[in-house]
Amino acid sequence: MTPLRVSVAGAIASVLLILVVLELIRGRRLKERYALLWLATGAVLLVLSAWRDALNTIAGWFGVTSYPPAVLFAVATLFILLVLLHYSTVLSRLTDENVELAQRVALLEERVSGLGASERLKRVD
Amino acid sequence: MKRVVAVVPAWNEAGAIGRVVEEIHAFDSAFDVVVVDDASTDETADLAERAGATVVRLPFNVGIGGAVQTGFKYALAHDYDVAVRLDGDGQHDPGELQKLFHPLERGEAHLVIGSRFVDQSGSYRPPFARRMGIRIFARLVSLLGGQRVTDTTSGFLAIDRTGIELFAAEYPHDYPEVEATLVALRSGLKLVQVQVDMRERETGSSSITFVRSLYYIVKVMLALLVASLRRYPRLEGAER
Repeated sequence: MTPLRVSVAGAIASVLLILVVLELIRGRRLKERYALLWLATGAVLLVLSAWRDALNTIAGWFGVTSYPPAVLFAVATLFILLVLLHYSTVLSRLTDENVELAQRVALLEERVSGLGASERLKRVD
Repeated sequence: MKRVVAVVPAWNEAGAIGRVVEEIHAFDSAFDVVVVDDASTDETADLAERAGATVVRLPFNVGIGGAVQTGFKYALAHDYDVAVRLDGDGQHDPGELQKLFHPLERGEAHLVIGSRFVDQSGSYRPPFARRMGIRIFARLVSLLGGQRVTDTTSGFLAIDRTGIELFAAEYPHDYPEVEATLVALRSGLKLVQVQVDMRERETGSSSITFVRSLYYIVKVMLALLVASLRRYPRLEGAER
């Protein structure tokens, strides 16, 4: 069985996580699209902490009989991995977009400086 | 009359860039030379401009592939018929360009790569490890691309309009040559390799140091694997 104190601590931590994420969204310091995975993490951990029978049952499925809260750690780790992987994809996209922007800026700058030169020539005429 | 642009990526090549630009113009004064300055911290951009090149200045360093692609985007935007790429360090001899143009002019290729290993006539003899690496990449690209290629790490190339369109849209950002060769083949571009000789670097040092070569090999292998799993749209004008 899961010790009661572990369940209480897990539930409090999950609620705190959800509240912090909501506050960050409210303060516009976190975009919804990057908050969803964190909220899902908080929700799943809250359910598994508070619903003790469910945690025990799931632990049983995986053969974790001696200490069911281990499943809580496993699930938390899995979600953290998901969040990190998600960030890697975001980072890759941003890198590509950044290079694209740099290229466009460079090409436009070259064109603008050319335009400036031909303007001056016209004025001389 | 075909309009030709020479794309020259350069990063801190102040010691060589002026001569490179002059040599290209000496080969054919009708060529437009575009030096893509990849945020050099030395005089590269100014020296290139003084030598008569159009200089496109990247706001920060984007890597050799991103720089080269900038040049191809320039070629696309300004409607060039042919683009050639030469390195800013002077290792590619503009005198060899005629060899690259022949297959393009005869319509035999969309992409012509100057290879150091088409036959045994070249003088380039890389150290053992590098030679093995080059050979393995060549085998892999040949296998995955369905055409025998001998040198996939050469940056000395010429492309026609179809090639410009492909590379302006799709060009790897770091260590690009091997992957770009495969992307070209899988997009249906006709590829011809011609024997060229390359010169020793005049100044600066190769971007591939021993420490980076492991990353280089792993990155390129992964890119090749993924590129062979991807679908590439057949380009208009591409046959095969």
